[in-house]
Amino acid sequence: MTAILPPRGAADRLTGLFWRRPSLLLFLLITPPLLWLGVVYLGSLAALLLQSFYSIDEFSGVVKEEFTLKTYAELFRPQNLDIILRTLVMATIVTLTCAILAFPIAYYAARYAKGPWKAAFYLGVMLPLWSSYLVKVYAWKLILAKEGIIGWAAEGTGTGFIISGILSIPGLEGSSLSTSPFGTYLVFVYIWLPYMILPLQAALERVPTSMLEASADLGATRGQTFRTVILPLAMPGVIAGSIFTFSLTLGDYIIPQIVGDSSRFIGLAVYQLQGTAGNIPLAAAFAVVPILIMLVYLGLAKRAGAFDAL
Amino acid sequence: MRSEASWGLKAAALGGLLFLHLPILLIFLYAFTTEERTYQFPPPGLTTEWFAVAWNREDIWPPLYLSLKVAAISTALAMILGTLVAAAMARARFFGRDQISLLILLPIALPGVITGMSLRSAFGIMDIPFSTWTIVLGHATFCIVIVYNNAVARMRRLSGGIMEASADLGANAFQTFRYILLPNLGTALLAGGMLAFALSFDEVIVTTFTAGQQSTLPIWMLNELVRPRQRPVTNVIAIVVFAATFLPILIAYYLTRGGNDTAGMGK
Repeated sequence: MTAILPPRGAADRLTGLFWRRPSLLLFLLITPPLLWLGVVYLGSLAALLLQSFYSIDEFSGVVKEEFTLKTYAELFRPQNLDIILRTLVMATIVTLTCAILAFPIAYYAARYAKGPWKAAFYLGVMLPLWSSYLVKVYAWKLILAKEGIIGWAAEGTGTGFIISGILSIPGLEGSSLSTSPFGTYLVFVYIWLPYMILPLQAALERVPTSMLEASADLGATRGQTFRTVILPLAMPGVIAGSIFTFSLTLGDYIIPQIVGDSSRFIGLAVYQLQGTAGNIPLAAAFAVVPILIMLVYLGLAKRAGAFDAL
Repeated sequence: MRSEASWGLKAAALGGLLFLHLPILLIFLYAFTTEERTYQFPPPGLTTEWFAVAWNREDIWPPLYLSLKVAAISTALAMILGTLVAAAMARARFFGRDQISLLILLPIALPGVITGMSLRSAFGIMDIPFSTWTIVLGHATFCIVIVYNNAVARMRRLSGGIMEASADLGANAFQTFRYILLPNLGTALLAGGMLAFALSFDEVIVTTFTAGQQSTLPIWMLNELVRPRQRPVTNVIAIVVFAATFLPILIAYYLTRGGNDTAGMGK
């Protein structure tokens, strides 16, 4: 290639170099972020794995830095299995509830909302998603408290028996909703719901109207169209959303600490073990559990085509 | 095909939106309550004294200062790293591209407790003492993806033609970056930065693992939630934290709204 203009300085010469070797520019661009993510993030994940193979000396409480599977074996104690199982059940129920609640919102926003309403729906989901996590949890502490707005409304309408009914169900007992596992569940659903709505809406927006018309022309009732056309096409969106709701519930330790009967979840166990108990190896082993669960989950989701909807 | 939604769908959709918003409004009411010890509803009386009380509480200012500092540094780091990786990913197809996009996404796809505990383990192994920088390490890592998402979306819409035109007219790579790429990316980067700032300012899950004895504003709030002292003061701080996240989100929304004004689009 003959240059029409002679290079005017170092900047021009570099430009020529980048033009001849695009991979050099690519390398320069990608190295700093890759170094950061590789060293800080992957490096710490490796440290986590390493710690989980250490153990703690039961008498001195000092971390013994030699390879052992003893710490992982501790995960299989009944009380620790309980924690893992409880977390999995909670994450599953929360994800299912989020999918059911998100569907009408996402469907309305995708198919019927036009112009300013569309923007309102978008902002209406984005704002709760992004606004302060802690403030939202706190708001529910106010709502669910015995003397709070729900108790007040139930007293005013004479529906207090519903609350006491929920609180008397075995497993959901508590002096008020804010100390019952049912409260924990409500707050989880509230906090993660927007994460389900957005991918679901994106999936529903890709369903062509002509398909629904074709389905109706071929004599399908609205229920049949929903089951055989809309739902299968929305599934990748649901799965993409469920990655967030499931994963975030698996690891959360703030919500069960503030609302609920202080029964332990994986996140809370990690938090307490590394803090007050000072048992970093066991905390690290506990933190590996959600990673394994999510790897399996992501593998299944990828097979279901969920990543196209992200 | 009916173009009107059924009443049931409308009610469910609006009900869902109300469910998302009403709880937040309640925070504002409680900041004015005269009741100090319980969460009584409706509030027995209304007062504005708690704003003055909160202003004069000396234990609030250092956490607020630390939160602002951490959010500012993390956002700056994330904007540089996020833009670089977006520039690389938007144009080229190369070996390991999918793995890199997974690596960028991982810090927010995996629960925060894992990021936190991982960093905590690394600090433990390497004997790194807790400082502002240990908090920044965690925050910048999960803020990169926010900036990246905004920047890469805009770069994909940006027509390659205007870059070539710039080169044809004799601009070198740095001039093209300064006069063509940056003005077109500007609002997307600003929006990404706003969101990253909001995310960092109110982050608590990772921060508790990387802060040691230090207290950011969310950590201060968490301590007040677990062991309440003056509940209405916590309500006032809740409003402050809410505003500090709410306003950047709104601005980010208006900056990236539509997106049709990007050069090289539409024609």
